[in-house]
Amino acid sequence: MNFDLSDDQVALRDGIRALLEGKFPMKRVREGFNLDMWEVLASAGVFSLRADGFGWADSAIVYEELGRALIPGPLVWSFGCAVPTGGLLRMDSGPYFVEHLDEIDELHVLGQEGIRSIDAKQISGKANDWPLDPLTPVWRVEELPAGDPFGEADASAELWYGGGVITAAYLVGMADALTTLAVDYAGQRKQFDRPIGSFQAIKHICADMAVRVEVARAATQAAACILDDPGSGNRERSVSGAKLLANEAGIANGRAATQVFGGMGFTWEVDVHLYLKRAWVLDTHFGSIDHLADAVASTHVDLGSSASGNH
Amino acid sequence: MDLRYSAADELFRSELREWLAAELALLPPAPHRDDWLARRSYDTDWQRRLFGAGYAGLSWPKAYGGQEASPGRQLVFLEETTRARAPYVGVNFVGLLHAGPTIIAEGTDAQKSQHLARILRGEEVWCQGFSEPEAGSDLASLRTRAVRDGDHYVVTGQKMWCSFGQVGDYGELLVRTDPDAPKHKGITWLMLPMDLPGIEVRPLRTVSGSSEFAELFLDEVRVPVECRVGEENDGWRVTNVTLSFERGTAFVSELVDAMRLVEDLAPLVRDPGHRRELGHVTAELDGIWALTKRNVTQAERGVTGRGTFMIKLAYSETRQKLGELSMRVLDREALVIGGPGNFVEERLRTLALTIAAGTSQIQRNILGERLLGLPR
Repeated sequence: MNFDLSDDQVALRDGIRALLEGKFPMKRVREGFNLDMWEVLASAGVFSLRADGFGWADSAIVYEELGRALIPGPLVWSFGCAVPTGGLLRMDSGPYFVEHLDEIDELHVLGQEGIRSIDAKQISGKANDWPLDPLTPVWRVEELPAGDPFGEADASAELWYGGGVITAAYLVGMADALTTLAVDYAGQRKQFDRPIGSFQAIKHICADMAVRVEVARAATQAAACILDDPGSGNRERSVSGAKLLANEAGIANGRAATQVFGGMGFTWEVDVHLYLKRAWVLDTHFGSIDHLADAVASTHVDLGSSASGNH
Repeated sequence: MDLRYSAADELFRSELREWLAAELALLPPAPHRDDWLARRSYDTDWQRRLFGAGYAGLSWPKAYGGQEASPGRQLVFLEETTRARAPYVGVNFVGLLHAGPTIIAEGTDAQKSQHLARILRGEEVWCQGFSEPEAGSDLASLRTRAVRDGDHYVVTGQKMWCSFGQVGDYGELLVRTDPDAPKHKGITWLMLPMDLPGIEVRPLRTVSGSSEFAELFLDEVRVPVECRVGEENDGWRVTNVTLSFERGTAFVSELVDAMRLVEDLAPLVRDPGHRRELGHVTAELDGIWALTKRNVTQAERGVTGRGTFMIKLAYSETRQKLGELSMRVLDREALVIGGPGNFVEERLRTLALTIAAGTSQIQRNILGERLLGLPR
């Protein structure tokens, strides 16, 4: 069996991790996404991985590192694009909540019949001054211009599944970073004259965090392998299942880390809330936990009631 | 990185499938659950058939009659035999997965030649005598005493959860040989011939009504010193060699079985809430299956990955969710055991998964301390 990172993939992972640690420490991350950040990532090849001959598995490895570093911005929608690009899943009517509208050139709207591209300058919206995630600014847009056709149904499906996989990878990276934050804190913080990590109540929270990461990572990389090699599995089931586990790992580990940090976990200063809030944001991208659970169930051949596989 | 099996493993799979199709057609009907003599004969017959076809002891070294197959090939074997509904390893479990590997790792040449071939051929059945009424998760606190008397140990005490105690020829037995030493340092690993005088086996009835476990009462049983595996008072280390065999591919059959149960349950699911939960459980099982492939890949490269220590916890917790879901899907049909799909019996049987071989709580302690480095 060959289901683990190759030497080249380990080098890819270590390279991007070193770049992100050097360029974007948490202090810089907290300043938010802008064009400078996009250009550093673009020149590192983050958005052009597919064009440069890398597979979805390679891309998932890179996006896991972006998530570990909590790099903000429309990183998944910009994947494969030459300019900063945002995105929305098709909605029949407004209001629309558009992320990063001030920094994107184009907005891609994903529907089953295809992708439409809208010039971001043509979109008028009202900036929200209190977004859930301080690093994901949101504009409320009442009506969207029609835009232009950008891709057919095939391209739409590829973006749906590919976007799902690399978003899942990003969430796995976040969930892993949260585990490290919680374990480090549990080993240092003392109460009752002992490190709190010596208490089983805390230790078991940390163990569950680590398990969620490993299971979600394996599922995500398996789904990426299936996109690279469609004969090796069921795309709908593997991508939906992987993103479900990754969404859950991101949210549950965010909540778990908040608990391990105790009162400090409820402060703006500690980074945990930034991860948890991003996980909630990403649950609305490329399928929420509930939606994805229904999608996985619909892949069972003999499901009792008629299944709706809409997305 | 990919999900493909090697061409050689796929060839192994297709040959195995063909063999299973032919061989399973020849099997007599499975015996009644509590007819232990019939079960012994059925399970050991299957083991003999595996041996004859070259499928016995896949993980065992060639020097001891095994196939020395790669972890990937073992995965294919467990996948295919479970899918084909071949007999489970059954009464051969302790011999093939615990006692045999322990004797391979720690036994003398005489012990190896006396037992290993017989275990592989289904001629010798083993049971396990580890736990005690007062020694469960804290196994090292066990109190069954063994006092040296010339060429014998005189053993007195009580064992619990003795798997296959009714039909074992030998038991793997942990005894305290030095009551004054720290608890991990005074334990010895013995092979217990089950026909010695002073042994009483009482079947233990589980919540599902089954009796694969027994209590073992030992009253001044004289065990020859040559039955000792490893050094005196070194049994805890020897035990850990044994316990580690449960964490490799040991849950693959369970996992394949759980996925089949999901497929059996799907046609019965009508409620949208149940359907959503079915999708959830499916995603978890698929994720654990992917992690298993990751672990097997790493094992083939000689690495024990961190995922190896997580499969038991993740699988057993997810299996509990599947069990709860199946009860709610069945609704009033769940009031009867033994219906189609065995959902209710499976729900009862799998209550043990989060307890046996290290409770979920002990698993989390191990993960927290050994993997994450949290203080004890």
